[in-house]
Amino acid sequence: MLCQSCKNKQANTHIKTIVNGELTEMNLCSECAAKMGYGNVFDSFFDIGSLMSGFMGEPSTTALAPERKCPNCGITFAQISKGGRVGCAKCYDVFYDRLLPSIKRIHGNTVHTGKKLRKPQLQSGIETSAAVHIDHEKEKPSELQTLEAKLKTAVSNQEFEQAAQLRDRIKELKSQKGENE
Amino acid sequence: MDKKWYELNGTDGDVVISTRIRLARNLEEYPFPIRCTNEVREEIVEKVKDAVLNSNSVISSRFSCIDVDNINAGEKVSLVERHLVSPEFISEKSEKSLLLLDDESVSIMINEEDHIRLQVMCEGFELDKAYEQASRIDTLLDERLKFAFSENLGYLTQCPTNLGTGMRASVMLHLPALQSTKAMRKISENLSKLGLTIRGTYGEGTEPVAALYQLSNQISLGISEKTAIDNLKNITKQIIAQELKTREALAKHLNIQDSIYRSEGILKSARLITCDEALKHLSNLRMGITTGLISNITLDTVNRLIVEIQPATLIHYTGKPLNPQERDAVRATLLRNSLGK
Repeated sequence: MLCQSCKNKQANTHIKTIVNGELTEMNLCSECAAKMGYGNVFDSFFDIGSLMSGFMGEPSTTALAPERKCPNCGITFAQISKGGRVGCAKCYDVFYDRLLPSIKRIHGNTVHTGKKLRKPQLQSGIETSAAVHIDHEKEKPSELQTLEAKLKTAVSNQEFEQAAQLRDRIKELKSQKGENE
Repeated sequence: MDKKWYELNGTDGDVVISTRIRLARNLEEYPFPIRCTNEVREEIVEKVKDAVLNSNSVISSRFSCIDVDNINAGEKVSLVERHLVSPEFISEKSEKSLLLLDDESVSIMINEEDHIRLQVMCEGFELDKAYEQASRIDTLLDERLKFAFSENLGYLTQCPTNLGTGMRASVMLHLPALQSTKAMRKISENLSKLGLTIRGTYGEGTEPVAALYQLSNQISLGISEKTAIDNLKNITKQIIAQELKTREALAKHLNIQDSIYRSEGILKSARLITCDEALKHLSNLRMGITTGLISNITLDTVNRLIVEIQPATLIHYTGKPLNPQERDAVRATLLRNSLGK
């Protein structure tokens, strides 16, 4: 889609405005959007940047102390705030207090209540060994499945030489399995 | 070949075309995609591919992998037109891969906005079924991958808007009657108060050209998957009832009947037709079928055509490059052949 203003560049900015209840939508390239004064708003899809700084009342200048970085990915809070994107899982720990207000603003909540990871910290030794045992059992048929999936890909990519090799290996495995049972 | 979900008419199919569940997941040990080098992104692709293709479930063998960086532009766009990937996913080249189930009902995007975007699609109004399938695959992956998760914030995502369940549940609705009575803006305003959002699919104007809308949950933290789905279900039911009532009333008017029969005429006889024009008439045709005005065409056919007449998908199925006029001709032929004389 071309920009509706210059009709020249590819439009990458979608603008919705509601004035007196009247909805207008425009598709613009980033330059035209900037010219029309929408530039800074569209640094990110969701304007978390201004949202956060509004909430935090952060002074925009005079940061004398060096800014804290996430030790894992190196991002600063200013960068997160500008891009509306968090750097890594660890950032949610490091910047938790500063992220929380905007999280609350987005979701109205700050505590997860849905599905949880299946692998919580295992409580007792018995459970651990049982889990390990099951995993071990389950791993067995997977080599065959892997090979079959690979065979399928090889055939669809018309790599017949590789497919032939895979087919032979699968045959071999299947016959071994037959012998074992 | 078995029909794909987008070629079928499902539960409450007169209004709900399809259902989608999307889960966002990230691997704990890597930074989020924007902070990854290409090498790391490649590593993530390999890890996720391995987890999906070598899981101990039979479903693994039904997945195939598409290296999105190495397919041509047309095929990429066709993936979007078939709703298998997001437009963002094909926008720039950088170590992205797609794992697709053989019937195209499950797609796993690797290195989209999050490391993993798992998406399940169903025809018709099937939120529970779609969520169950998504959750099952999510659990399989959870066995083999370390997801980024915190007790407080749930699944951790690159954008804080997806924190918590990481789930976006949505239904694609055909709302020709509500659209023509200008009810959409009001509905949309009310929905945002309920934590839901509605937006048009296909078309660039204020009103989507085929009256197709995507209704989805907006909040993912502090609300369980089930509550979010139930909430969406209730609102969808109300919208369905409203739409059907309005359709019935509209269908009694001669000018509405006229425009439906005209659309049928154009679709069955045009020799050149653009995508937007075809979509507009297919939308009318759909309304004609559901109100009993048109009886010899099925919703399956119309649903299939809405996807197949999209420019890139048309080229994808034709198997050769087409210029715009050739495309309009092929599209018109496809429509005539599918809808009968």
